Amino acid sequence: MNKEVENMMIDAGHRNDLGHPLDYRELNRQIREAICEGKERLILMNVMGQRYIASATSNPNMRIEIHGTPGNDLGAFLNGGTIEVFGNAQDVTANTMNDGRIIVHGNSGDITGLAARGGTLLVKGNSGYRVGIHIKEFEGVGPNLVIGGFVNDYLGEYMAGGTILILGQGVEGSPVGLHVGAGMHGGRIYVRGPVGKHQLGPAACLAEMTDKDLKKVDSLIDQYEKAFGGEVDRSIEYSKVIPLDSRPFRGHYDSTTI
Amino acid sequence: MKPIVTIPEKYRPAIDREACIRCKKCIKACSYGALDFKDDKVKVGKGCVACIRCVYECPTDAITVIELPKQFAPHAVFSPEIRRSLISQANSGGVLLSSCGANAEYMDIFNDILLDAAQVTNPSIDPLREPVETKTYLGRRPGKVVVDDNGKIDLDASETPIVVMDMPIMIGHISLGSISYNAQAALFRAATELNILAGTGEGGLHNDFYPMAKNLCAEVASGRFGVTSQYLKEVSCVDIKIGQGAKPGHGGHLPGEKVQKLISETRMIPLGTDALSPYPHHDIYSIEDLQQLISVLKESTEYEVPVGVKIAAVHNVGAIASGIVRAGADFLTIDGLRGGTGSAPRVIRDHAGMPIEIAVSAVDQRLEQEGLRDKVTLCASGSIRTAADMIKCIALGADVVGVCTSAMIAMGCTVCQQCHRGACSWGIATQKPELTSRLDIEIATQRIVNMFHAWNEELKEILGAMGIDSVESLVGNRDRLRYIGPNPRIAEILDVKHSGEGWG
Repeated sequence: MNKEVENMMIDAGHRNDLGHPLDYRELNRQIREAICEGKERLILMNVMGQRYIASATSNPNMRIEIHGTPGNDLGAFLNGGTIEVFGNAQDVTANTMNDGRIIVHGNSGDITGLAARGGTLLVKGNSGYRVGIHIKEFEGVGPNLVIGGFVNDYLGEYMAGGTILILGQGVEGSPVGLHVGAGMHGGRIYVRGPVGKHQLGPAACLAEMTDKDLKKVDSLIDQYEKAFGGEVDRSIEYSKVIPLDSRPFRGHYDSTTI
Repeated sequence: MKPIVTIPEKYRPAIDREACIRCKKCIKACSYGALDFKDDKVKVGKGCVACIRCVYECPTDAITVIELPKQFAPHAVFSPEIRRSLISQANSGGVLLSSCGANAEYMDIFNDILLDAAQVTNPSIDPLREPVETKTYLGRRPGKVVVDDNGKIDLDASETPIVVMDMPIMIGHISLGSISYNAQAALFRAATELNILAGTGEGGLHNDFYPMAKNLCAEVASGRFGVTSQYLKEVSCVDIKIGQGAKPGHGGHLPGEKVQKLISETRMIPLGTDALSPYPHHDIYSIEDLQQLISVLKESTEYEVPVGVKIAAVHNVGAIASGIVRAGADFLTIDGLRGGTGSAPRVIRDHAGMPIEIAVSAVDQRLEQEGLRDKVTLCASGSIRTAADMIKCIALGADVVGVCTSAMIAMGCTVCQQCHRGACSWGIATQKPELTSRLDIEIATQRIVNMFHAWNEELKEILGAMGIDSVESLVGNRDRLRYIGPNPRIAEILDVKHSGEGWG
């Protein structure tokens, strides 16, 4: 690319007269203004838990670097561009993401990737409860969520499409909690390491990895290695969780006219 | 072998054999398979639901749908409906589904409330001769009047966005999926023509409907179907759906049969899979969490549209409403027990929640007591059937009423309660192309416009008769209501005097 990309820096930790860091509304206003002015590279320094950063950003060339700890709902309704966090992210990161990339060089909190339907989320470390809940896909486009460490219970609950990969690096035993894929009716969860039947939620089942699955996993690990460096040992056996049925509530209801 | 017991039929099309010209139109009209043609005549079979489409189609008025006598021996406790439901459950082992609003007589309080009118001491107003204002504002109130240097009221001084409607009516949230493309198009067009709001429901917004976005309220429900940044930014307000009066605490479940191409594109899910909305929003387990979703929606829409919250009327509705206003909602919708649905478990539809009359009064009183009522627009829905219900509901405390079933009836719905079966013979609650094509968008639009226009005229008539010149002055004006029902305790809770009590 020949085009000079101008960096713009915002100090989110800048204290006002009362000693408070930048309010989230002011920070987000400055981000929107910068995007509106055509800035394509933003560096946010000293982020101190400000919420809702970069929500509904759409420019595919946008790149936002976050140093510090962004608050809840980072990149909600994201529709394009890249957000890279050099630190930990909090809850509901990538809420209803449609497109774009979020890269977290740390851990992310609960309900990461809630209801996403596109884009990529890479988390170097661990994540919390209900990761990838109700993510979905349409016409072959779905989100890819990769978590480097372990995740807690209810991974991929209500999942209707998309791909989740749990790498379980540095984890002994299974890197996922209980109720995996509870109520899932689409998509696929790959876990690098063992998943016992007792860990599965209702409507989920274990399946054999196919060549296509391995190819998909390889391409996601490539992205993970590119984002965070290092090498992931690819020789460990994978577990694959898929839905039993795309219609989990078939037969549950009686529609007879009374 | 599975022992299946047949449930007795409820309705039957009776055919006048002399008038029948054997044109077979009724057979084509029946989407429930109750009519057939055999031995050169129309043969009546089983499955009639009394949707009366055949009656409408018959060119010689040869059909009358009759309600069959109850086939069961009378019993004061085990009604035929209860016996039918038990037989069906013994057959299927399933949760009984139904649609439209609650079908139980004991829940109507509107009919127990009477309106006041002006006599002698406060003269009435003739709305045909004098202006009676029905313009309604939706959004967070500024709380103070700002006067500019020229002494004029500065309407832009409010920091929060306001939506202006010509009537205190919002067509409620009915998703594409629960109803057909044509039906939703008619609702949206009518809202545009009347300059009121219509809800999108939770199925996202079809591309064709974006030009009407200025009269639409976008729903964000737990399934987040079709929720994109474009969807949020183009509409005139955003509504977080926590609950629905017809099924409080229940999620959504659009069966795979209804998820055909159009629905799959709009909801952005694969063809033929069940569209499931989780029971709760998984990012909302507290008022603080709700505040987060409200805030992120405001951030995402750059504070340019009001963000509201819709809840089902449940026993603790006053406290919940207070929390919602404190969490930053610009408008609040309470959906009562009798609210409609395209599909809900019968047990929840008929037994869970609270009538809207009590809920709206309770919320209005609670917000008033806490000094919050002036900050928020209160919408009430759940079986607002007529202009009279609307007026009583506003006087009980609502700023705006939400209406669904009545708008559907304007289009052709006969409330036969079969929406969940997806075979609506009127082309409303179905996705089958041969049925949806029965609904003419133009005609349906005009009929909805006519009906709400009439409601608005009736509203003006009543306001005039009460001597009130603006609908805003009726909001929460419970002094102009009197209770005439069987239970004075209800009047007390409604904060409405009993009929016969004056102002003292």
